Amino acid sequence: MTGSVIDLDDTDRAILRALVADGTLSAGELGRRLGLSQPSAWRRVKRLEEAGVLAGLRVEVDREALGFGVTVFLGVKLATKGRVSLEDFERAVQAIPEVQVVQHVLGLFDYRLRVVARDLADFERVLRRRIMTLPGVGNVEANVLLTEERRPGPMGVAESVVKA
Amino acid sequence: MQIDETDRRILRHWLAEPGLERAALAERAGVTPATLWRRLDRLREGGVIRAETAVINWRALGYAVEVSLRFTLDKTNPRAFDEFIVAARDVPEVIAIETFLGRVDVRLNVIARDMGHWTGIYRDRILTLPHIAEVEALMLVSTIKETAGLAL
Repeated sequence: MTGSVIDLDDTDRAILRALVADGTLSAGELGRRLGLSQPSAWRRVKRLEEAGVLAGLRVEVDREALGFGVTVFLGVKLATKGRVSLEDFERAVQAIPEVQVVQHVLGLFDYRLRVVARDLADFERVLRRRIMTLPGVGNVEANVLLTEERRPGPMGVAESVVKA
Repeated sequence: MQIDETDRRILRHWLAEPGLERAALAERAGVTPATLWRRLDRLREGGVIRAETAVINWRALGYAVEVSLRFTLDKTNPRAFDEFIVAARDVPEVIAIETFLGRVDVRLNVIARDMGHWTGIYRDRILTLPHIAEVEALMLVSTIKETAGLAL
């Protein structure tokens, strides 16, 4: 693709795989696992951070244990479109604390939202009071999340080769 | 396990800003660094904190295309979910698998280098997955908000 994309070697990919499993690993521990010196592992991690490949930490919690038993993905179609209505919608939707993710998409819907709530009654309250009252909101489809699994992605495993 | 107000306060600040240094997090949550360490250890041991993982920015690695694929499966086959998910795990470009209750059964997040690469993956690796009744694609334009924050 573009020239700004960095090249990774097998060691870089091994570092990414290790950090995707445990983002708290120190350079020393990474080095021990991969047969690198601590400074060398540190330099590689630094390079991956500077290139924007390592984009921070994600904390995964047991949401249910914290009282948030319901996660719902919403597909939202705007009733009216145009630059102003997109901006109004985006500004308002971001401010809702129960909305964790807002993605602008192309297809059947205009936006995808990830909403966390304590239970279905709480979700209904968020939907009616917060989501359905957003500026420009039209059709909304809700799907309740049952399970989620993150995959490592094309890192170290052969990526799909596309036939010409 | 019991979770008290202090635990909630720590988690609220941490989930909102996972990149915070421990000292800054302790200050925001109004606890001493020693208390913070002790509380985080306890939350980890109790399974409330499941993992701290690195976030990969696939765009920086040349994957410019991200698509959310929504599937309805042929539910006349009782093994449809299991077999679909096992096969989807074999596609390296699938970065997330979610199952739902609703009109959509399964969602896959798929990345590709460009539209040509995407078309190939879609035709050769996705449409060949077992038990698909219906599939819809949402192409990601931009992520406007992404947080694990909870209104604790």
